[in-house]
Amino acid sequence: MRAFVLAACAAVVSPALPAAAPTPSATLQQQLQALEARVAALEANDRRLREQADAANAAAKAAQDELAALKASTAAAVAAEPVPAASPAAVSGSSANAFNPAISVILNGSYSSHSKNPDDYVRAGFPVVGEGGPSPRGFSLGESELSLAANIDEKFYGQLTLSAESENGEDHVGVEEAFVDTTALPQGFNLRLGRFFSDIGYLNSHHTHTDNFFDRPLPYQAFLGSQYGDDGAQLRWLAPTDFYLEFGSEIFRGANFPSGGAEHSGAGVKTLFAHAGGDVGTENSWLAGVSMLKSSAKGADDGFSGDSTLYIADATWKWAPQGNFKDGGVTVRGEYFSDHRDGTWNPPVDDGTPLAWRGARRGAYLEGVYRFNRTWDLGYRVDKLWADRHGPFASDFDPYRNTLELSWHNSEFSLLRLQFSRDEPDANTTDNALTLQYQVSLGAHGAHKF
Amino acid sequence: MNRLTSLCMLALCAVAFAAPARANLKVFTCEPEWGALLDELGGDKLDVDVATSALQDVHVIEAKPSLIAKVRRADLVVCTGADLEVGWLPQLVRQSGNPKIASGDGSFMAADQITTLEKPAQLDRANGDVHPGGNPHFQMDPRRVLAVAKALSARLAKLDDANAATYAQRLADFSARWNAAIPRWEAKAAPLKDRNVVVHHNSWIYLTTWLGMHEIGSLEPKPGVPPTSAHLATLVDTTRSQHALAIIRAAYQDPKPADWLAERTGVPALTLPFTVGGDAQSKDLFSFYDSTIDKLLGAIK
Repeated sequence: MRAFVLAACAAVVSPALPAAAPTPSATLQQQLQALEARVAALEANDRRLREQADAANAAAKAAQDELAALKASTAAAVAAEPVPAASPAAVSGSSANAFNPAISVILNGSYSSHSKNPDDYVRAGFPVVGEGGPSPRGFSLGESELSLAANIDEKFYGQLTLSAESENGEDHVGVEEAFVDTTALPQGFNLRLGRFFSDIGYLNSHHTHTDNFFDRPLPYQAFLGSQYGDDGAQLRWLAPTDFYLEFGSEIFRGANFPSGGAEHSGAGVKTLFAHAGGDVGTENSWLAGVSMLKSSAKGADDGFSGDSTLYIADATWKWAPQGNFKDGGVTVRGEYFSDHRDGTWNPPVDDGTPLAWRGARRGAYLEGVYRFNRTWDLGYRVDKLWADRHGPFASDFDPYRNTLELSWHNSEFSLLRLQFSRDEPDANTTDNALTLQYQVSLGAHGAHKF
Repeated sequence: MNRLTSLCMLALCAVAFAAPARANLKVFTCEPEWGALLDELGGDKLDVDVATSALQDVHVIEAKPSLIAKVRRADLVVCTGADLEVGWLPQLVRQSGNPKIASGDGSFMAADQITTLEKPAQLDRANGDVHPGGNPHFQMDPRRVLAVAKALSARLAKLDDANAATYAQRLADFSARWNAAIPRWEAKAAPLKDRNVVVHHNSWIYLTTWLGMHEIGSLEPKPGVPPTSAHLATLVDTTRSQHALAIIRAAYQDPKPADWLAERTGVPALTLPFTVGGDAQSKDLFSFYDSTIDKLLGAIK
């Protein structure tokens, strides 16, 4: 500030000086000339600097233009290819529900009319056990299921299936399946732990909602109480072959029919099975298997105590034009059962004397389903049981049944089925049954086995 | 007993290591278009099993035993994803017991590499067979196919390091030919721009979007629901009044509904290949696009 004031004073005073003091003008002239020269030099310098700045500006402008052009071309490239990778943000991980398992619900119900009262139903040579008898008369809620399934982590998969059904007016909710599968065992091995349906035969491991008929075939009803499931462990191995070849074995608690009493410290049932399958051309596929179930029972639901062995052979053949199985074609399936007993039979009365039960019984069914198109299918089934001629359930009559079904599929998720069956459970009885069934699935889209 | 155990262990080890050290990468693919893409990208470095044919409806394939056996030996599964194979692929993966392809690098879903169209805002099966992940029929868009090719080539290189250079070179070769083909197809298809089509199933949105065509109706009343006569009757007026170029269906679809509508409207029913192998001309991805565009152009009188 002070310097500025001094300079200002000097500036005001200095013009007055020459006038006030007549100093030698030659010196002044020289000084002026020197100053002029310096100004000229400064001006030249300034011009040069300006030129330089202009040049720099032009260069910068050029660079900017180039950049803009580059940007434009990049934008054009992006526009030409409007397919950026799907953003992982699509799965918002913030919600606590994001890891909810796949939930699917099967609703199932029916109306049946029987010419013979199901309450008085007796099958020659084969005691009716569990759900192994005819459906009730009138309206009834069939097996309605709630299923939850998901990967647990990178090594395990889990599934829980609860089923609700109505029996004699009482509702039962039960744990139908609750198991853990390994997903990371090498070399085609699979281990399953928990409660599950055994992989013996064909139908046994399939949930009833995937069946072609309203009820299970007679051999399943007679020898497995419709379906054998229990608490246990299963090991399966898929061979590294060009066609499908699988071996497996299970150990079960043995609490459920055909076993009972959870013998051998809760390991009363052992099974072995093998399945093979493949294609013949593009239009035919097949699957076949042999299975064995060995049981040590104490007080099974049919009154049996002792050792039993059940052998099953199953075969399935599917043909469909071009391999479009949902749009038409034929499915033929048959299974053969052979049941061997070595033990005793305890009559239901408390003081009854046990009777020896040794012998063999057999059963088989053959079914064919013709699929007209995606909406309609028509099926026919013949099933038969061969009774034991000796022992506590000796019979000279072999029960058999003929069944015809027609299904209307509105979509993959809903169907209505009309079924007529003519059952001859003993020599003097015929039960004509007509059933109308609905069955729907909602929630997660199920992936079904072959 | 000990001897038996060690014998068993030996046998297991033999099984585990018997495979030759430099075996080809084994790839299981759900659809023929990805099989053709794998041929382009891998050539003889890959052993490819294609699960379905162009004459099959990939929405509803059965989890056949033969497919389980193929998934069992795969190093990589290449499928469309977006729930197209939801009714069968999960079953194959679970039954095969093959941890390599259950998740991670061994599982390649093409839909995860691109953005899909028609992602539903509302998920309700009353709207038919809707896919939460969007429309999965994007093999009909060459630009999306290229994006899938790039990601797939990278995956092949990751899984099979020894042949990474080959995969990179084949991708460069494929991209060059494909990028040259796209403008050629676009130029050729110019007369199709702004033309209207009636479709059987909503499988053509990528094709119509790419070529600037318009979908004015669908033979299926709702996606995945088979055509009904009542619904077809409602399409007669639209098809006529909007001067539809053609009624298009895929090779695997029932020809009857499209023929019915064609008969009543005079608009030709056209079977397009929909994937590689869908007609005699479609031997690879290039000829598949050629044939599709040729057939559409053929409908212009």
